[in-house]
Amino acid sequence: MLLVTIVAIPLFMTLVTALNPWRAWIGRLSAAANVAVLILGAWLGVQTMSGARVAAARLLRADSLSAVMVLVIAAVAVLATSFSAHTMGREIDAGATTRRHARQYLLWLQVFISAMLIAVLSANLGVVWVCVEATTIATTFLVSHRRTSGAFEASWKYVIICSVGIALAFLGTVLIYYAQLHAGAGSTSLNWTSLMAVARQLNPAVTRLGFAFVVLGYGTKVGLVPMHSWLPDAHSQAPAPVSALMSGVLLSVAFYALLRFRAVAELALGPSFPRTVLLIVGVASLVVATAALIAQRDLKRMLAYSSIEHMGLMAIGAAVGSPLAVAAVLLHILGHGVTKAVLFLSAGEIYTLEGSTEISELSGLLTRRPALGSVFGVGLVSLLALPPFSLFVSELTMFRAEVDAGLAWVVALSLACLAVIFASVLRHGRHVLLGARERATPADSRGRATIAVLVVALVLVAGLGLSSWPLSPLLWHAAHLVTP
Amino acid sequence: MNAAYVAALQVGAGVVLFCAVMTLWRRGVRTIVSLLGVQGLALGAVALVLGLHERNAALLASGGLVVILKGVVIPGVLLRASRLDPLSRETRPLVNVPASLVAAAVLIVLSYVSSARLTSLAPSVATRLVPLGVATILVGYFMLVTRRRAVSKIVGLILVDNGIALVAYLLTSGVPFVVEMGSSIDVLLVVVVLQFLLLSMRRHSDVDALTERRELHD
Repeated sequence: MLLVTIVAIPLFMTLVTALNPWRAWIGRLSAAANVAVLILGAWLGVQTMSGARVAAARLLRADSLSAVMVLVIAAVAVLATSFSAHTMGREIDAGATTRRHARQYLLWLQVFISAMLIAVLSANLGVVWVCVEATTIATTFLVSHRRTSGAFEASWKYVIICSVGIALAFLGTVLIYYAQLHAGAGSTSLNWTSLMAVARQLNPAVTRLGFAFVVLGYGTKVGLVPMHSWLPDAHSQAPAPVSALMSGVLLSVAFYALLRFRAVAELALGPSFPRTVLLIVGVASLVVATAALIAQRDLKRMLAYSSIEHMGLMAIGAAVGSPLAVAAVLLHILGHGVTKAVLFLSAGEIYTLEGSTEISELSGLLTRRPALGSVFGVGLVSLLALPPFSLFVSELTMFRAEVDAGLAWVVALSLACLAVIFASVLRHGRHVLLGARERATPADSRGRATIAVLVVALVLVAGLGLSSWPLSPLLWHAAHLVTP
Repeated sequence: MNAAYVAALQVGAGVVLFCAVMTLWRRGVRTIVSLLGVQGLALGAVALVLGLHERNAALLASGGLVVILKGVVIPGVLLRASRLDPLSRETRPLVNVPASLVAAAVLIVLSYVSSARLTSLAPSVATRLVPLGVATILVGYFMLVTRRRAVSKIVGLILVDNGIALVAYLLTSGVPFVVEMGSSIDVLLVVVVLQFLLLSMRRHSDVDALTERRELHD
């Protein structure tokens, strides 16, 4: 019943937005609906914390890993939908968009959120694939919302690269299902539970091929190198709430699929093959993101490349595959999701107020717009994984697990990359926040309430860094699920 | 083993690959889209033949759906698009036609070599035809990479999806729910892309502007 309610709420909101023309209350209702999903997600967390599984009608199934994902999706969705209500209203007032486009935008936003929730609550790995594919369609519409030539180019690139990538993930899924059918047991559905039950008997040659395709395919949606080229374009061209959802949770939802398949591959093939594959893509992503961040000129592209960096770090953590490493990866998903959402949303506000996200054109934000400037600054501090924020704890824990697994060279390389990223982001951030005040702009009297939401989110991330006690049993149990 | 079943399966899978290679040869968009339709029908036929042979009602339903969606709906929508875009002939592919056909031959050989492992797990009439599906996927990728037009790219994408669906039918008699939902999403995908073409044309009166724009970079 709980699972059905969690899935039904966003679907109901999709229906509401589909049937009604744009109204400000629909935007607010959609934010309220996501608050409800967040509360139900917390309840699901309490129920699954002890290791129990919740299932409904053979199609839906949730364990502690799903609960963690529901929490992060709902948390970022609350931020994104409350901002969407705000920005759409403003865009309509300013004549930048029409009521029809605002309604389409909200509709696809709801489809997008529903697809992500169904993906993490589905029992069937095939349905997970279908949902991730559905997010591609929904977000393509969302990325092109502004209807500028840049937005069209970005969404065209996005739809082609991600469809090709996700097709590979389907091929991988087919191959693993084929191995499952011939693994002896009479299981005929692609349920994760039944797949794990026969995982040790899977044919190694077929599973190896299947896992490689799955990593390449879902890796495209995660934004891992070499299939990452769509990400900076799409994330910088999309409206801010969409960038927040894409960067904060869509990448992690695809990563969630990778975590599940990694567990199957580890049982079938032993730890070394999945580790090698994930290490290669993880380290490559980290290095490419570092190189791109050094000379970045645009604030939103900087945030996008930082997502590639964090996904790379998480892939390395997943490569280690110990419970400690995976628990840290899950904490990282939570911390990164909320932090990145806050940063993209405040970058969106910066764009609306200043008319640009070019780093060279922005300066002295902290003196001109103290509230917005400090939220963005504190967000950057969190993103750079400084204490007390939770990214500090999760990165440190990942490094510890990597050293335990004998991967000290990876830690050394990661630290070198992180040092370069730290210096580059600090330089860009300092220019934007503290640089010489170049032009006078009207004082900012709007949007106090929305900024308050971002402050609450940052306080939560900091709290999670100081003490993760309400979540640690959940994260720990979830990590054990995918580390056989 | 029923000889008619074997022959039907072989012809069906053969037509899927044949259509894929033909799309590399022909340049007119209308011809290519018709080939895509024939391929969709053949793909559905493979599912129907397998379904009849295994007396599997779900597979028969899936085959029927594929015939409707991939054989009729998708080509229909794409044909409408080609009417909207009179310049849609592939005029400047990155690799010319004779070289593309040679490449296709190489890809087919490659797919036979690489599929040997897959077949050896459970050799049967169906799984021995898997290389045809793999070759269709590879030809689809080749098309995606070497053709510039937006419609050609979407055709390449559908070739890849059809190839994967063929592999899924031949190896596992279809993954429950997924092949059908995947086909339905393909329809949505084509509609999405067409909307892009239309909007882009309204704005820039040239479809090329969409695929060859280089505004976003670092």
